[in-house]
Amino acid sequence: MNDYKGLMVFAEQRGGKIHPVAYELLGKGREIADRLNMELSSVLLGDRMGEGAKELICYGADRVFLYDHPALKEFDLLNYKHNIVRLVKEIKPDTFVLGATHLGRSLGPRIAAALATGLTADCIGIELDEEGGLVWVRPAFTGNILAYIRTSTRPQMSTIRYKVMQKRERDPDRRGEIVTRQVELADPVLTLISREALRGVNITEADVIVSGGRGLKRREDFDILQGLADVFGGVIGSSRPLVDDGWIGREHQVGFSGNTVRPRLYIACGISGSPQHLAGMRGADTIVAINADPSAPIFRIADYGIVGDLYEVVPELTNKLERRCSK
Amino acid sequence: MISIVVPIKQVPDMERVKFDTETGTVDRTSAAGEINPFDLNALEAAVQIKEKLGGTVTTISMGPPQAESSVRDTLSRGADRGILLVDRAFAGADTLATSYTLASAIRKLGEFDLIVCGEKTVDGDTGQVGPELAEWLDIPHVAYVSEIKEIGEKFTVICDMEGDRYLIESRLPLLITVTKDINVPRLPAFADKLKARKAEIEKWTADDLSCVAETSRFGLKGSPTRLKKVIVPSQEGRKGEIFRGSPAEIIERIIDAFEEGGVLQSIR
Repeated sequence: MNDYKGLMVFAEQRGGKIHPVAYELLGKGREIADRLNMELSSVLLGDRMGEGAKELICYGADRVFLYDHPALKEFDLLNYKHNIVRLVKEIKPDTFVLGATHLGRSLGPRIAAALATGLTADCIGIELDEEGGLVWVRPAFTGNILAYIRTSTRPQMSTIRYKVMQKRERDPDRRGEIVTRQVELADPVLTLISREALRGVNITEADVIVSGGRGLKRREDFDILQGLADVFGGVIGSSRPLVDDGWIGREHQVGFSGNTVRPRLYIACGISGSPQHLAGMRGADTIVAINADPSAPIFRIADYGIVGDLYEVVPELTNKLERRCSK
Repeated sequence: MISIVVPIKQVPDMERVKFDTETGTVDRTSAAGEINPFDLNALEAAVQIKEKLGGTVTTISMGPPQAESSVRDTLSRGADRGILLVDRAFAGADTLATSYTLASAIRKLGEFDLIVCGEKTVDGDTGQVGPELAEWLDIPHVAYVSEIKEIGEKFTVICDMEGDRYLIESRLPLLITVTKDINVPRLPAFADKLKARKAEIEKWTADDLSCVAETSRFGLKGSPTRLKKVIVPSQEGRKGEIFRGSPAEIIERIIDAFEEGGVLQSIR
């Protein structure tokens, strides 16, 4: 186990653009690497990503392993895995982390199984124990508890949620080494035929979400919520029952079995706040709850709670905010 | 003819299970075990493919003896054969040991063309077992599949990754993990329930797998990740200001509070 040293971050790119979670992981990685006096490296696969590799150094990497090849431009699971596994076996980092994006959560387990090592999913924290060992922190059971997990094999691996770690300020003068690696390609088994942007809302990226629950009387009443969302350029969300009833699409569902969201502002209208719903939105910066029932659990995690009828409160709030904004 | 394997897990009904927020413990007796909801989508997808191409669907679950009921349940929903991997030696497995054990069972099973998994389980919520299983079996996988476009000699599927839809083609054998968007699982017919009640569920132990596996990789022994502790997070540091009264009167106060708290500034 002593042969394994340093921390390695997988840098995801899509369409040539580095996913910001990579910078966040470098931010946290830098902090740990400095405390344990070890190297922070990063691995980047893509096509003509030289500038991207430099960015990773600006954000904290000491060394970037770059795999540059047209065949790696888009996510190619098996070739990504093959080259990363080969690198990890050679460099032997003590720790290897990926962002808990869809790509990271598809690729990470492949690498972990290929190395027969432990992988902890969707972490929101990393702690150091007394001996300088890492402890992964992840929510469990719909976010009701936090589990602290240690790994007995090396490299210890995890996927880490987007928007929980802090990236460092970009330092354009930071020095580091870019190591261009020989790309090994196998015959393609999985062929990407096309990639297109998904239509409709991407609620996980929204800054403002106005959500409706059982307090809504008719499906058309989502229009009232849309009116409030429009003031902020936000999107509408929903609790699970209304999605199950077909009132609104699943892409709007917030909660444990739907989407986990982390907006700046979350306005819950007529949502009582089941643990499953709270699990999906408790990470919002500011939570506003509008509910007629003062004992609704949603009020316990709200910054601003409004006890009242959403059919009176929401239009009035929309009105006043519009006027305030146009001033 | 296609041979499809669907790994499933019995989980507590997460919408009903009682949770003690003081101690951080789950009262598993408070809700009956059911098939992981995402696995129902996987099973439905598998059965639909079988109906088109002909073939078999085999479900495999690793779990305690009571998980037999969930395996039986899959037979009433279109599976042809159900296998329960049940042994104390399997207990305490993390995703690596679980995927290894499932891979061993699938090897013992022999030929297969397609493995369909749910995107994740509602209790573990890792989504790791599917891709890890594919790696142990050395076959490709596509995760987060929301639609199956073409089935036959080649497989084309749509996978959703955040804002992007990828159309991916693969040859078989292949493993896919499916999202809830892929279908609406059918309800079992009464006659099928009756038939399933009488069907035999095969039970395989660690011994039964020893010809295809290193038994030291099973269960707690084969699990590199260990739970060190569990804590119940303290109540979030929220402002918790409550407003009551007539809307006209309180809205002004709320907007003032928003402005004071910097809520509106941070958005614009």
